Amino acid sequence: MKYVSEFRQGRLASGLIEKIKRSSHTPVNFMEFCGSHTVSIFRYGIRQVLPETVSTLSGPGCPICVTSNVDLDKAIALARTPNVIMASFGDVLRVPGSFTSLQAVRAEGADVRVIYSAIDALQIARDNPTRQVVLLGIGFETTAPTIAASIMQAKQEDLNNFSVLSWHKLSPPAMKSLLDAGDVAIDGLICPGHVSIITGSQAWEFIARDYGIPCVVAGFEPLDILQCVDMLVTQVENGEAKVEIAYTRGVQHAGNTVAQKLMKRVFEPCFAQWRGIGAIPGSGLKLREEFSKFDAEQVFDIAPGPTREPKGCICGEVLRGVKTPIDCPLFAGACTPENPVGACMVSSEGSCFTYYLYGGKNA
Amino acid sequence: MPETILLAHGSGGKLAHRLIEENILSDLSNPMLARMDDSAVMEFSGQLAFTTDSYVVSPIFFPGGDIGKLSVCGTTNDLAMSGARPLYLSLSFIIEEGFPLSDLKRILSSIRDTAREAGVQIVTGDTKVVNRGNADKLYINTAGIGRIKQGTNISGANIVPGDKIILSGSIGDHGIAIMSKREGLHFSTDLQSDCAPLCGMVANMIATGADIHALRDPTRGGVATTLNEMSEQSQVRIVIEEERIPVRDEVLGACEMLGFDPLYVANEGKLVAFVPSRDAQRVLDAMRRHPYGARAQVIGEVEQAETPCVVMKTVLGASRLVDMLVGDLLPRIC
Amino acid sequence: MCVAIPALIRSIDNDLAQVEIGGITQQTNLQLCPQAKVGDYVIVHTGYAISILDQEEARETLKLFESIARVAAEEENCR
Repeated sequence: MKYVSEFRQGRLASGLIEKIKRSSHTPVNFMEFCGSHTVSIFRYGIRQVLPETVSTLSGPGCPICVTSNVDLDKAIALARTPNVIMASFGDVLRVPGSFTSLQAVRAEGADVRVIYSAIDALQIARDNPTRQVVLLGIGFETTAPTIAASIMQAKQEDLNNFSVLSWHKLSPPAMKSLLDAGDVAIDGLICPGHVSIITGSQAWEFIARDYGIPCVVAGFEPLDILQCVDMLVTQVENGEAKVEIAYTRGVQHAGNTVAQKLMKRVFEPCFAQWRGIGAIPGSGLKLREEFSKFDAEQVFDIAPGPTREPKGCICGEVLRGVKTPIDCPLFAGACTPENPVGACMVSSEGSCFTYYLYGGKNA
Repeated sequence: MPETILLAHGSGGKLAHRLIEENILSDLSNPMLARMDDSAVMEFSGQLAFTTDSYVVSPIFFPGGDIGKLSVCGTTNDLAMSGARPLYLSLSFIIEEGFPLSDLKRILSSIRDTAREAGVQIVTGDTKVVNRGNADKLYINTAGIGRIKQGTNISGANIVPGDKIILSGSIGDHGIAIMSKREGLHFSTDLQSDCAPLCGMVANMIATGADIHALRDPTRGGVATTLNEMSEQSQVRIVIEEERIPVRDEVLGACEMLGFDPLYVANEGKLVAFVPSRDAQRVLDAMRRHPYGARAQVIGEVEQAETPCVVMKTVLGASRLVDMLVGDLLPRIC
Repeated sequence: MCVAIPALIRSIDNDLAQVEIGGITQQTNLQLCPQAKVGDYVIVHTGYAISILDQEEARETLKLFESIARVAAEEENCR
């Protein structure tokens, strides 16, 4: 597969690994913000081939994992509302809310449909003019513009039965919150490649400037991640802290300005509740007043009932990088992919799921 | 004859008899079936293999096959995986009222052709028709009997450290071909299901005289799930190499797009064979000489282990665990 | 969630492109990448192109990896 397979060549990986081994002297802890990076790192066994001086740590970049129970319960309550069709990306269905999940309420008769794209949700609305279609808008900056585009499209078509439950989150404020909390020592940041396509590498400059932490924007193939680690190690050994792009075939300094404009047009930043981290100002997106007709929070009167957090679940600490999945007393015992207690074990990008899948109970 | 299947077709009366005579018997005829007794009666000596499977695949017609072809391949393949030569099949239908007769005829032709290729006879069967809405078009169950030649001992429990693992070809073709026809996934491809009767290739493998320890066809849950089952059965560690596993571009593309790992995607015309190192080359050669094994590869080997598991050597040379499939990639794939 | 994949644009009709990903064809929305043209590779996320892949940069990156691999091999030989 063009522009994918070439970046998975073992032969070229050996060269990068040797270079990292030769240059790395200072013990470092690099955080990968993005869940997709965690998956790649485990899928290819990158931790095993890095020298002992380099450790990696998973961050909160899994949009499903960081969705709070309050939000999940709202979605579940909405799904149970008569005449509502809930359209959601796949993994969300299995995440346990306070008492149940979207998958379970679907089995009870709620109309919950898995979609691949916001475009699918629009089509469902067109095909079902007498039903109310609610799109679960979940994701970071990579997904938010696509949802914004669908809202603009709905406005143009003057759809009366389409709305979005906006759970979108912004990455830089979350990273800032993590760094301000000071719970974990990070010597470098593996910046999310696809989020950065939209935001531009400029979004991470404050981390290098205000916190003195090297940042490199990485793609998702094994060679991309190794190149990123190499560049971070070089910065550390040279005593530098700046933002660099390893993923040059996808990312630019200014990002996708068309997507940014669209996001700004439809959304405005707001407080958002992050599982395990708490409320972070300016880290969420809500629909602007002009689009209130498409804001599910405004269209519906949602009363989800009291929230309950799962006992013993330390997803929050795992998401902040303070603990690893193996530190959780429930990991691979009471909490498994078949019977998940917390969101990190459900999402295909969740740390716990990834540790379990690729490392097993002995991860 | 009405154009669609009616409840009366399953009732045992005139219409049911006409359905059987004019459509089922005419396609599948053999002396045992033609006798039309309540049971098929046959003589055996030696070891027999016996298996059954039900088929609920949706859509019933898919690129590279249909539910009829699948119902013969699936069951005869299970017999072949025990080293048995498939001989006889039973064939039962549960049909939804209103199902087009022309579709049933198409499926019967498929069954006839596949049975011929597999060298099996359909010797007994049943047809039931249920009210509209109580079945999704058509379900099939087949049970099969095969004969195991004396001296053949093929089982998932026979795997030992040192065995080589041979995969007969590219993985994930069936699952992706099915997915391409499902509503809501929005992609198109020329990829065909790999649905095929493997008993001919297995017969050639056994005929080499090699000491084949185990065979299995990785259907639902993919190669990953099958290898996990086998490692558990024989209590061994199975080590496979990522770079040696053949995956077609279309499967890779679809999996990347949908976020799947090809190791977990269903196959219907592939097998994994466990053979001692000294026999690996001749079994591999026999497979490659057969149309269904042209892309066969040695993909790994078996090691001693405290805890049975499946481990993959990645392109970086690192090892990572390959667990069983959790949940379902997609329902009703076979 | 950040899954995005390079796809080749085969044809364009207004905002919609027919793209090819390793033998699979799919429709993709170009609203977020209006400058994309036939023959470009775009990076696709949930049915939308989010960026035009810079093929020159891709080639340069691979060349860089090749030279790093060469240096590593030479160092290995010297040992």
